[in-house]
Parts: sequence; C-alpha cells; structure tokens
Amino acid sequence: MIVELGHFALILAACLALLQSIVPLYGASKNHAGLMAVGQSAAVAQFVLIALAFAVLVNAYVTSDFSVVNVVENNHSAKPMLYKITGVWSNHEGSMLLWVLILSLFGAAVALAGDNLPPGLRARVLAIQGMIGVGFLTFILFTSNPFLRVSPAPLDGQGMNPVLQDPGLAFHPPFLYLGYVGFSVTFSFAVAALIEGRVDAAWARWVRPWALAAWCALTIGIAMGSWWAYYTLGWGGWWFWDPVENASFMPWLVGTALLHSAIVVEKRDALKSWTILLAIITFSLSLVGTFLVRSGVLTSVHAFAVDPARGAFILVLLVLAIGGSLTLYAVRAPSMAGGGIFAPISREGALVLNNVLLTTAAATVFLGTLYPLFLDVVNGPKVSVGFPFFNRTFVPLMIPVALAVAAGPLLAWKRGDLRAALQRLWFAFFATLAVVLIGLYLAGFKPVLAILGLGLATWVGFGSLCEWAERVKLFRIPFGESWRRAIHLPRASYGMTIAHIGFAVSIAGIAASAFETERIELVHPGETLQVAGFNLLFKGTEKVPGPNYIADRATIEVRQNGATIAVLHPERRFFTLQQMTTGVTAIRSNFMADLYVALGDPDDKGGATLRAYWKPLVPWIWIGAVFMALGGLLSLSDRRWRVGVAARRRVPAAHPAPGE
Amino acid sequence: MKHFLAFALLFATMMPALAVEPAERLADPAQEQRARALSGELRCLVCQNESIDESGAPLAHDLRVLLRERIAQGDSDAQAVKFLTDRYGEFVLLRPRIEPATYVLWFGPIAVLLIAGTGSAIYLRKRRLQPEAAPLSADEQARLDRLMKEGEG
Amino acid sequence: MRRLLYLLPVALFVAVAVYFLLALDPNRDPSRLPSAMIDKPTPVFALDGLAGGKGLSLDALKGQVVLVNFFASWCEPCRDEHAILMKLGKDSSVQLYGIAYKDKPEDTQRFLQQLGDPFRAIGLDQTGRTAIDFGVYGVPETYVIDKQGRIRLRHVGPLTEADVAKELMPLLKSLQNS
Repeated sequence: MIVELGHFALILAACLALLQSIVPLYGASKNHAGLMAVGQSAAVAQFVLIALAFAVLVNAYVTSDFSVVNVVENNHSAKPMLYKITGVWSNHEGSMLLWVLILSLFGAAVALAGDNLPPGLRARVLAIQGMIGVGFLTFILFTSNPFLRVSPAPLDGQGMNPVLQDPGLAFHPPFLYLGYVGFSVTFSFAVAALIEGRVDAAWARWVRPWALAAWCALTIGIAMGSWWAYYTLGWGGWWFWDPVENASFMPWLVGTALLHSAIVVEKRDALKSWTILLAIITFSLSLVGTFLVRSGVLTSVHAFAVDPARGAFILVLLVLAIGGSLTLYAVRAPSMAGGGIFAPISREGALVLNNVLLTTAAATVFLGTLYPLFLDVVNGPKVSVGFPFFNRTFVPLMIPVALAVAAGPLLAWKRGDLRAALQRLWFAFFATLAVVLIGLYLAGFKPVLAILGLGLATWVGFGSLCEWAERVKLFRIPFGESWRRAIHLPRASYGMTIAHIGFAVSIAGIAASAFETERIELVHPGETLQVAGFNLLFKGTEKVPGPNYIADRATIEVRQNGATIAVLHPERRFFTLQQMTTGVTAIRSNFMADLYVALGDPDDKGGATLRAYWKPLVPWIWIGAVFMALGGLLSLSDRRWRVGVAARRRVPAAHPAPGE
Repeated sequence: MKHFLAFALLFATMMPALAVEPAERLADPAQEQRARALSGELRCLVCQNESIDESGAPLAHDLRVLLRERIAQGDSDAQAVKFLTDRYGEFVLLRPRIEPATYVLWFGPIAVLLIAGTGSAIYLRKRRLQPEAAPLSADEQARLDRLMKEGEG
Repeated sequence: MRRLLYLLPVALFVAVAVYFLLALDPNRDPSRLPSAMIDKPTPVFALDGLAGGKGLSLDALKGQVVLVNFFASWCEPCRDEHAILMKLGKDSSVQLYGIAYKDKPEDTQRFLQQLGDPFRAIGLDQTGRTAIDFGVYGVPETYVIDKQGRIRLRHVGPLTEADVAKELMPLLKSLQNS
C-alpha cells in the first residue's frame, strides 16, 4: 500500500511538472502575476511529492519489501543498513528517482530563494525546470518505474554488487547528480534569457551562484569517484578516462569555463551570447552523459543494464532539450551583442583564453570518448581510445591553462599590462625555478616531465599567493594596514585564490605520481617487504567474518628505523551471496605521501602476494579538489550574491598605480 | 551480452588476484621495464578500458606472460605488439595508430584549438577596434584633456 | 554569415544526435568484437585429448570445412548452447570439433558425460595459448574453417537456433560446395 502511495506521488508530481511548465510561461507572456506565481507553488509541491516517493522507496529497501521488483533485484536482507539505503541509488531506476529528486530540489530552491528575481524571469526559469521534470518523470514512469510489484514475492533479494558496498561509492552518485542536475538551473536561466531576449550584468549575478553550487558538488562528486577507484582497485589508479568518468568530466570542464565567462558578463557586459551557449552546453553534456550511461551504446564498467527503449526515450529528451534550446539560441542570440570594450591583454582577454582552452579540452574529451562509437556506427574499424590518447592531447592543453591562471587575475580589466603582471609574479617565478632545479638535482634528471609538472604547480600556487599579496599590498605598506585590507577583501576574491591554489595542489599530486615506488612480492609469515625505507613485516592472514562476507585479513607491521609506526590490515572479502571477491586496501597517509598495501592471492604455505606502494603527494590530488570546492563555496557565501540588484558591487582592487 | 557476463563474473571472482604477479616478472630489469611499459598501453579485452598491466583478469595474466615471453625471445616492442594485434586486432591498442580512420581523432583537438583560437582572436580584435570606430569629437577631446590634467594633478 | 555562425551549435548537435540514433540500433552489440583472424590461416596447434581420446591438431582438420567450438565446463553460457551443439553433432554434414579452454580434464569429462558429447574430437587447451592464437577473448566462441584451412567466421557467445539457421548453415553449405 505504501509503495503504491509512492507511485501515486510520482504520477502526481509529473502532472504538477506539466502544469509548472505551461502556466507560468503563459503568465509571463501576459504579465499576469497570479499565473506566474503558480510556478512557485508547483515547484515546491513537486519537490514534496518526489521526496515522498523517494522516502517510500527508501522505506521499501530498509524494510526489505521483496514484493517490489526493484528491491528484489538490488537488496538483500543480510545487507548492512547503510547499504540498504544507498542501494536505492545503486541501480538505474532508483538513481533516476534520485536524479529527479535533485532536479525538483533545485526547482524548489529557485522558487523559494528567488525573491530578488524579476517575476517574469523567475516564472520562465521555473517553467523550463518544469519541462525537464516532465521529461524525466515520464521517462521514469514509462520505462524505469521503481515501484513495480512482483507476485509472488521472493523470500529474499538478489543483493547488490559487492563493489558498490563501499562508503566512498555510496555517496559518490548524490554529489555527482547535485552537480549534473544543478546545471539544469543555469540551463533554465539561459533559455529564459533567450526567450526574454535580454542578458545583462544582473542576469549573470543571478546565474553565477547556481553555477557555483553545481560546480562545487560536481567537483566533490568526481573527486569521490576517483578516490574510490584509488583505494579500491589495488594498485592505486585514480583516473581511467573511462567513458562514464569522461561523461562527468565534460560538464565539469565546460562548467568551469561558464563560471569564468559569467564573470565577464557580470563585470563587463561582454561575452553574453557565449556565456548563454556555455550554460546550454554544460547541462547538455550532463544529459548526453545520462544517455551514454543508460542507453547501452557504450560499454563501460559503470554502465547500467541495457534497454533500447530507454535509450530511445532519452534520445528524444535530448533532441527536445538540447535541439530545442540550441535552435532558440540560433534565433535569439545574434541580437545579444555585448557592449564591453577591452584590449586583448586584459582580464577579459585572459578569461577568453581560459574559455578557449577549457572548451577545447572538453571537445577533446568528447572526441576521445565518442570516437570508438562513431567509427563503430559507420562500420569502421574497432578502436580503443585510452589514457595514452588523453595524455597526449588533454594534458598539453592544461599547461597553458596553468600558466595563465597565475597571470590572469593580475591583469586589470579593459587594458592590462602583461609585463607589470609578470613582474609582480617574480616570487612565484623564482619559487618555480627553485623547485625545478632542486627537483632535477635530487631526482637525477629522470622524470623530467613530472618535475616540470611540479614546477607548474608551484607557479600556479605561488602565483595565486602573489596575487593575494598584491591585493593587500603585503610588505609595501605597514603590516597592520595589510591586515585590514586582507580582512576586507571580498569572500569571492578569497574563493578564487583558494580554488586556484587547489588547482595547483591537484597538479602537484598528479605530477608526483611519477615518483612512486612499487614492490610486488610473495611473502610468508615472518618475512619482510621493503618499500621506500619502510619495512613491512607480514604476520599472516586470518579469517574474519563480516555481515555478508568472509574476509581474509592480513596483519602487517610497518617499521621505520626499527620502531613500529603502524599496523595495516589489507583484506580480501568473499561475498557468499554473489560468489565474488573484492579487495580492501590498507593505506597509511600523512597527507604528504601514502603507504599503500593491497593483499593478493594466497599460496598454500600461508603466504600471500603483497603489493606495496609508496606514493608521494598523491593525497594532494583530492585535497586540491576539496580546496577547489571550498573556494567555490566561499565565493558562494559572498555578500554580493545576496544583496539586491541595485546594490553596487565592489570594483576589483584597482590595479596599481603607474610608476611602480 | 551473456558471453560478456560470464567473463565479468569470472573477472570479478579473480579481481584481487591483482595485476602483475611476482612469478610473471622477467629476470632482466630492462626487459621487464619494457614489458610493463608495453602492457600498460594494451587493452584488457574482457574488462574494458583497463590495460592488461592493471587488470586481474585471467586473460590479461596470460597476455602479460605471453608478452614477456616474446620480449625474452628477443622481439622488438613493435614485434611483440604486432603479435597481439594480429590475433586481436587494433582494438587492443589503448593508443590508436595514426591512420586515415583516426585522423579526425588525433588532429581534431588541434583543429578545434585553431578554430577556437582564431575565432577568439577575431573577437578580441573587434572588441579593441570598436572605440576607434567612433572618434571623439573636438569637444569631447578637450574635456578629456582637462580631466586627464586634473587626474594627474 | 554571422547568423550562420549561431546555427553551428545546433547543426553539430544534429550530427551527434544522428550518430546516437544509429548507435541505438538493437542489432549492434557494443561489446562484440570482430575477429582479426578472418580469412587468415588457422593457427597451428596440436592438443592432447581426454583420456582415451585422440586429441586435436590442425593437421587433422585439413581439407574439410569444420566448426571449432571453444568451451569450458565452468562457463554458464556454454551449458546454454550445449543442446544446439548436440543437434549439430548429430548432423552428419557438419564436422564439429571442440577445444576445452582452461579446464581440468576431469571437469571436461564430467561436463560431457552429463550433457552429451557432440564433438568428433576434443583438444585440451589448458594453457589457453591456442585460444589466444585464435584471438579468443571469452568462451564460448565458435569458428568456421574452410577447406584451405582459413578462418571464415567467428561467432562470439552462445549459439542460438537462429544463429545456426541464418549464419552457420548457409556458410557451411557454400564452403562445402566451393
């Protein structure tokens, strides 16, 4: 009965979404306040109904209601409670429900938090959100309904893939969807602006917080997925250029470009139609990702079960959403010429460069991801496009991005002085030089590219610090005065600095992977494996029962200079229901380096293969991502997003007097 | 699809068998290093998007051993790779060869960069030229000069 | 001209959407790989047989059109297709041979005792090397070899009635008559 309630709530939500997509739009065209206001109530009610439906499904999982097909296929009574809950979105139907839940959450947020928006714009934005909702709710109801019953109900479920029974992977999808779906708001704002035929600084100021919020969530979501791969796969790989990873990375790249181009619209009233296009493309790439993952056109480790009807349905949604918005763009955008005038060497120019490089990078990932499919469809040869392709194409594109990140923020708006900006970066320049020279000396000129990568990270990191120092006039005015300036810098400025430093930290983590040490040996109890100055004493394995698995648990004492500094327990877990074994690695991290141990095959004398790694700076990859997200959040908390349209924003610290 | 599933299951049960096992390695470190570099760029056929160097699948293990045998017998890198492409096709190469079918793939990014670069250069030029399109009137010029003087003073 | 520029995104999208539509063709299985061995000479092999069996070598297949099936007792889909292999085995016009892939001889024996033995001869490929020479990437796979000893077809995955009727038999007939 409760399950039918959820089903009914979902149908009702679809009806409301239909209402939400028509009435406010009509109201806005007639400038009828009452009709426009329908959008807000509909959006909030839609969220409540979908949340109810979602709660019903969670309840069915928690209580192991095996009369529901979806629960039977993905749940098991012996599963730990955490994974009963996260099991809801471990499968296609449940994850789609989470998708629309988040969509309606953003819709409700626009309805409730959008009091400073002109009513017409808000009504149109909510109508577009409603249309997306109609599309995906009907998709769920017609092809992927999680509330279908089975009779007679089986005694127990088929359980969930053990690989998914992991805390990192359990919370990866919600963050990812917050990002993916969050960009639906910027999409709706873009389409609404095209309908109104007007984009101005105020529009950019309304859009940017939503883009920032979605971008932060996507950053965290991608980082979690990569971290999961790192600690799960037993050898420390953290990015595979797998089609599904790329599907999340492309919206991130274009979304990053969008964040930057929206600044130009806001401050300088230029790049308008380009920003609109980026907003459309970012969400379009999220939708394309959904299509790739759920239609079965690509093979991927992550792909969901295949059903051609679903693929066809999503393709129709793609054509309506992307084709429709881009057609509207072709009609309306030509009249949106921007007004700002600026020299090529200027803050605007730097942000244009950022956009050129990031969109080219996204296009490269798109090409690499879909090329095998395109060749296959035209009966061309079967090819694989793997990491070597991306290392040769994507990575070189990131080098100029990194070089420019340090200098761009030091250029003035309208007309910048590149030479003066570079002069202000003297400290970053010498720090970079020092890192490269010391690195080459210490590492014996071996992994040259990795050392240059570390140099690049130093350049970005210290360059960002120099920019901050420049703003507070550090060491050029009395310290107290600098302190006062530092306190009064807008949060958005700190947000930028922290996000750019995060970028630097990630680059360092990635570059340093060339310095890792690896040892793979068969060891017996009492034997020691040495890796990077650590002695790993293998004390044997024992059987340890888990809730739904039996583990072989190894005990390894880590000794350094004669003292035991840690005891590690890598495991191999055998899941009895699925007859599957998964590995659990043991990692000792001090945030500067990881000691990483995975347990391999046992032999018949109580021994086992151990894979041990020392991975310098590798945690920085994810620490950097966290910095980027924190920078975004800090920027999001800036006052200027909250005050009304009329409030004058601070002009970015004017750039330094001549004659310096 | 079932075929694949059978293998996926097998792959899963074998997963923590880890890639590259101690017994597989070649005695000669230079040869072993070559073998690792090569196997890192060869695709594991049954596990999609993983190289045979990283994969724990049994077929990947067999292919690693085979590759090392070829190298130990004195095959060049190209010969050892050809041994596999002869049997499994170009699909095993994680880095597709540059040939007519992959021109768009390999040169596409450069083309996009050139187009985007040229487009933005034209855009930036236009932005800069616009002020010259409407020169200041004599009146405005005089006023500007006056303001500039005040500013300096 | 400027207007055309703004049409570019939607034009690109239409191209991509057409590709996606073609990619949705239900007859296209993205995980299926074409064999690189088609029309190439069958790799040389000589495998031991089960206890009392005579084994299987390439020489024994020369001059006739044959079907070679890679199977294993541990492979579920192989069980699924076994009934069809039994039918093919009873057809006197079909020369069906089996290669047991990475299987213990006693397991292969038990598998065939339970389900019947459709093969004229069986080779044991315990190292999996012969399979690699054929380009096998999973079991079951079925190969058609012509009179000149060239591989003419590879079928990946379990055979179905439809595969046999539409794919295998017509090819076997035409090869036998040539």
